[in-house]
Amino acid sequence: MDSQNIMFTVLAVLIVLASFATVLTKSVIRAATYLLLVLLGTAGLYFLLGYTFLGSVQIMVYAGGIVVLYVFSILLTSGAKETLSRNSRIKTAAAAVLSLAGFAAVLFVIFQQKFIIEAAVLGAPVESVEGGTSIAEIGRQMLSTEKGGYLLPFEAVSVLLLACIVGGLLIARKR
Amino acid sequence: MIHLEYILVISAVMMFAGVFGFLTRRSTLGVLLSIELMLNSTDINFAVFNKMLYPAGHEGYFFALFSIAISAAESAIAIAIMINIYRHLKNISVRDIEKMKW
Repeated sequence: MDSQNIMFTVLAVLIVLASFATVLTKSVIRAATYLLLVLLGTAGLYFLLGYTFLGSVQIMVYAGGIVVLYVFSILLTSGAKETLSRNSRIKTAAAAVLSLAGFAAVLFVIFQQKFIIEAAVLGAPVESVEGGTSIAEIGRQMLSTEKGGYLLPFEAVSVLLLACIVGGLLIARKR
Repeated sequence: MIHLEYILVISAVMMFAGVFGFLTRRSTLGVLLSIELMLNSTDINFAVFNKMLYPAGHEGYFFALFSIAISAAESAIAIAIMINIYRHLKNISVRDIEKMKW
């Protein structure tokens, strides 16, 4: 057992337990807190894969931005004291059966499928210096118009964010 | 030895926990939290498939980056809508939002 396996096990247990807790806990604000744990665990997985920039984006945007937004809106609308109303038992059981069936199908596909695998086993996390995912290379790709460049989606996302700002102001303003 | 398939299994668990929450939650904010779980699991899948199938490439990596940006925009708009609904109804339970219900 090297340190990487230990880290992976810790992250896996954290993510699985926290995602169950997110959907099972009664209070909404606790669900948001458990969601924060899931998102941080996901960032840890990205670091383990060697994708450090993606992990930092995950922490900054999701854990730093979205979860704070959720906590604010929970406190603004319902308050932490609001609990979720009970469902009928049949409906909960039907949802559980449906998700378990979907999970079984996905597991079956994952383990049946023979991927043309290049890297089957998680190696030591390396941030490649000349490879595709160093910071300098990401910046160059993001603004390049050549083959494999991402300038068009980059600009599309910036227009989307502008539209999102305008739409959010328009929807949530006081009349 | 950590096979990369194990990470896919973790993301499948996260995905279907999100599906379960989406079907059972009554508060609209709870539904949104479940949607965030599902979006997050797809981001993991993009990164893992990039690592597994094309370790030298970066397509899945950029797809995950843009997907994170789009989900941030989505949740901001959704929360604005929630706050507007709360102003009108003083409640954000899905049971009370029925004007557009079929």
